[in-house]
Amino acid sequence: MEIALFIIFGLLAVAGALNLLFQRHPINSALSLVVVMMSLAVLYWSLGAEFLAAAQVIVYAGAIMVLFVFVVMLLNAGEEDRTHGSRIAYIAGIPGAAAIFCLLSFVFLSERSHLGSTQIGGYLTSAVSNISEVSHALFTSLLLPFEVTSILILVAILGAVVLARKEL
Amino acid sequence: MVPIAYYLILAAILFSIGIAAFLIKRNVITIFMSIELMLNAVNLTFVAFSHMWHQVSGQIFVFFVMVVAAAEASVGLAIIIALFRVRQTLDVDQINLLKH
Repeated sequence: MEIALFIIFGLLAVAGALNLLFQRHPINSALSLVVVMMSLAVLYWSLGAEFLAAAQVIVYAGAIMVLFVFVVMLLNAGEEDRTHGSRIAYIAGIPGAAAIFCLLSFVFLSERSHLGSTQIGGYLTSAVSNISEVSHALFTSLLLPFEVTSILILVAILGAVVLARKEL
Repeated sequence: MVPIAYYLILAAILFSIGIAAFLIKRNVITIFMSIELMLNAVNLTFVAFSHMWHQVSGQIFVFFVMVVAAAEASVGLAIIIALFRVRQTLDVDQINLLKH
């Protein structure tokens, strides 16, 4: 049953990513990226990361993609022109991406027996939930990095406000 | 029982599609979206390895990546809006001031 879940949502994620690549209108690309993020949320849940599955839906599919769609609408972005693009991107880029994929797949498949397999319903031996595990680590040993991210968000807000002003 | 390697290969597929979209696409917003796709692919490997090692630190790393991606998206889209105000275009082929 778990392999069926993985195959369905993995294929959905790959189809969404390919649709992002082949659609010419930015809105269509943005909506197919939402499909990718939703199916990745299901895969996170199947790996026992319930908190991240919720955060993926809320933060990525909810907040970041809404921001993208908002900007596409605001700038009235139409279909992109059928330019030839950069020649070096086609000559070096596509074979490079294919080579990276082949190399990674070869390494993962050859190390397959060492990597093991998943068990659905979490992996933790103790009876604590995933969220309490994450929050315990986040608020005790990693409290300083967690607080620093709030400063990062503050700087990002200020930067966005300054950059998007009328007179730059 | 899904082998962890399958999750990693799925992440590699998504990452390669992200690289290809980054190189092929001509619209600056779509290029930005393909960066998000690559970040998501890396997040999937983090969660898969976190499951494999029975540790929660990989998931916390993904949490921090999400925070940084949110900050990056807000600032990057503000830069795109400022760029559109000045150049009136979103095509990366026409944004070539530094070339000349």
